Amino acid sequence: MNNVQNKKRANKSLPFFFKDEFKVFFVIIFFSTILLISTFTFDKVPPILNRGIQPATFPKGLLVLIMFLTTIIYYLSFKNPWKKEKKLPKPFFLTILSFILFVVISKSLDFFLAISVLSIFVSYNWGERRVFYLLLVGIIFPLVVFIFFEMILGLRFPPGIITNLYYY
Amino acid sequence: MMAPLFSSKLLIVLLFGTLFGLILGVLPGLGPTTGGALILPFTMTLDPLSAIVLLTSIYCAGTYGGAITAVLINTPGTPAAAATCLDGYPLAQKGEAGRALGMATVSSTVGGIFSVIVLVFFAPVLAKLAYEFGQPEYFALAIFGLTMLASIGEGSPIKNLIAGAFGILISTIGKDFMTSIDRFTYGINELSVGIGFIPVVVGLFAISEMLTQSTLLDQVFKRVALKAVKLPSLDDYKKTWKTILRSSGIGSFIGVLPAEGGTVASLIGYSEAKRFSKEPEEFGKGSIEGIAGAEAANNAATGGAMVPTLALGIPGSATTAVILTGLIIHGVRPGPDLFREQPDFLYGIFGAMLIANILFFIFGFFGAKLFARITLVPNKILWPMIFAVSVCGTYSLSQSIIDVWIMLFFGVLGFFMRRYGFSVVPVIIGLILGELVEGTLRQSLVIFDGNWLMFLTRPIALTFFILSLIALAFPLLRSKKQKN
Repeated sequence: MNNVQNKKRANKSLPFFFKDEFKVFFVIIFFSTILLISTFTFDKVPPILNRGIQPATFPKGLLVLIMFLTTIIYYLSFKNPWKKEKKLPKPFFLTILSFILFVVISKSLDFFLAISVLSIFVSYNWGERRVFYLLLVGIIFPLVVFIFFEMILGLRFPPGIITNLYYY
Repeated sequence: MMAPLFSSKLLIVLLFGTLFGLILGVLPGLGPTTGGALILPFTMTLDPLSAIVLLTSIYCAGTYGGAITAVLINTPGTPAAAATCLDGYPLAQKGEAGRALGMATVSSTVGGIFSVIVLVFFAPVLAKLAYEFGQPEYFALAIFGLTMLASIGEGSPIKNLIAGAFGILISTIGKDFMTSIDRFTYGINELSVGIGFIPVVVGLFAISEMLTQSTLLDQVFKRVALKAVKLPSLDDYKKTWKTILRSSGIGSFIGVLPAEGGTVASLIGYSEAKRFSKEPEEFGKGSIEGIAGAEAANNAATGGAMVPTLALGIPGSATTAVILTGLIIHGVRPGPDLFREQPDFLYGIFGAMLIANILFFIFGFFGAKLFARITLVPNKILWPMIFAVSVCGTYSLSQSIIDVWIMLFFGVLGFFMRRYGFSVVPVIIGLILGELVEGTLRQSLVIFDGNWLMFLTRPIALTFFILSLIALAFPLLRSKKQKN
């Protein structure tokens, strides 16, 4: 009972903009507003060709519906506050970082290299220290997948410093 | 019915699909939806029937596979096996893991076969009914599907509605299909063809799960030892046959409704088993009826969910949304015409589902011990490998690196959606129904000369709208009843 009261007090002491409910509400409303504004820039069909509704009308309606429903869940959260989520651990942020690394490397250097780097980076940061397993997930397995997709599906991977060695 | 399946190629596809589905089901975090999405590019090398047989066998076996992990490590391999943990694990802890898995295997098989029978008889009837449907009826039906999903799906109905609307919104990205006007493309050429289904599914399921796993690295699973799977005793059969039949009926019915298929079905099957049981106090402590109720229901939902998918082109679950995509990719258009023009193709699917249910019974009975060992593969090795397959699979469909980035974006988005209680399934269903919803709405308005009230003059459409309102009111009534 005491714990519940303490938790309630802890939640009450937080300013509203630090609460999950507000953060989710703010993010959805913010992006929906931007998208809603952008729907006003869509081209319009001349009235003589227009059948039914304009192309922007349907997405506009959806965005308004999303904003309306988001306001309702935020309002309801005053009565029933959401369960407080645990803080995200370090490996989560490192995994997100590995995705960013993947995008950068696949765009600037090589698609296959990006997969290898991400696999080794993730495996290492999730606690794998054995070199064989790091090589397995970082080189052997991606190589098998690469060759499999290339040969079975006839897929041509985007050019890059390593992929070019295979193709030329 | 089985004639098209008597080819060695199709039988190999069925065997592979069932084994692959079992492995996917056993691995927590993966499942038939993610597995189906990952294997979709490979199906391009197959003929349409083999491709759909592969996907449906993964669906059937994957749904059952979740029970093995649920019983042995108290973690559902798939969300549909969550209710199985409640009694499966306590029974396993009492040294009766073999008995628990035996009951799970038998009830899953009975539920699965029952639902295939429902599919065989009910899908053609629904398809015939669909001949009466015009654009307004299809629009009303799609709205009914989305409201049902919001209402009886997992979590908050309002959050489910937001997720469904978001899925439809994603489907509007790209060139408008009626006027070719760009929407939300912001000058990016690749976006003018729209956002593909596979990057979104793989992102929302596989990549978001990878992020979830990154937050659970300190979690230790205690695996209960399994000697062998035991067939249920005569006493167990006497105790559970009614529960199995009831749950098979419930699962098939829930499956037909466009909702989260097996997950919801197993929870309802479990609670109904408890309600009708002579020993409700045993539930949660290792009740054999609890396992039978949950497992028969979740596998019965597989055939049920295929009914609207094949008859109307409206998916009954996230996995059937993947199967629907497979059908479309292979040039098969689900709906009433499919039943008239390609009955052999449909009978092939029905037969494949029937055989898949028998195959997973055999594999499950003799190989559960082996499949359970797959859970020993550490996440730090498994997930980087899944990432490699996800990236290559997503890239392969349209050979576009943008698709891979979209997959990563939806992975991160899916993680935060799940963290804050938004189910990702409505996004998938919304995305796949988006074009149908918008297209039928706009065409209906052309027919009605812009008069929205004309929807109310169509009896079938009106019925669906009324059912949608009931579906939306249902959670309110339920919460009021719970408060009382």
